[in-house]
Amino acid sequence: MKFGILILEGPYQHQAGDSAYNFAEAAVAKGHAISGLFFYCDGVQNATTYMTPPQDDRHISKRWAEFIAKHGVDAVVCIAASKKRGITDANLIKGARIAGLGQLTELGIESDRLIAFGD
Amino acid sequence: MAGEDLNEEERSEEDKKKFLFLMRKAPYGSIYPQGGLEVILIMAAYDQTISVLFADDGVFCLKKGQETAGIHVKDFSSAFKVLESYGVEHLYVDKTSLEERGMKPEDLLTGVEVVSSDEMSGFLSGQDVILPF
Repeated sequence: MKFGILILEGPYQHQAGDSAYNFAEAAVAKGHAISGLFFYCDGVQNATTYMTPPQDDRHISKRWAEFIAKHGVDAVVCIAASKKRGITDANLIKGARIAGLGQLTELGIESDRLIAFGD
Repeated sequence: MAGEDLNEEERSEEDKKKFLFLMRKAPYGSIYPQGGLEVILIMAAYDQTISVLFADDGVFCLKKGQETAGIHVKDFSSAFKVLESYGVEHLYVDKTSLEERGMKPEDLLTGVEVVSSDEMSGFLSGQDVILPF
């Protein structure tokens, strides 16, 4: 099955982003495909290079960057939400791109299931 | 934006999906209702079937007479009134949620269909994509 993933909450504050990651890993492990990631609202913060968490904690954005590279997943970060938070290509994780909400529509159309992770 | 080019294309019926936006939160307390509205307005250009269901505190999004000057945020409630002109013709409100909050259909900004919980569950199962906001 092709799963699209929508992430609506920021890192280290809410479980939604962690759940999204765990779901994506588990889906791939079971032989499913991830048709794309869409980071929206505070979810865009998951895809920045700003964070430097302590060594004994998970590095949320690095983890996503590795997932994107390993599985060749399209990762889109909402442009409007990024602008409000000072996120540009200069501080975006490798493999992610900034684009509009039309991409979320496309993801909904092309995925067998679009799973939203939020509050 | 790459998505804009695709608006012009004729989509096959296979590509047409039923999207339901499930609005469950009060306006202004979080970004969710406004975030959902912004997705609806973009998606409306994509020739999909879009419905919006207001339930739980989401019914407050449609309350008449919102006045946000005192909290210094934009009043986005008027946008719900114009959804029909964007081709979003299916607006539903959960009857129980409305009643629990002492509200009546005439307290709402725009003409909506009030649905029971039973009707709602049948309606939800008929959707291709449900986006909770």
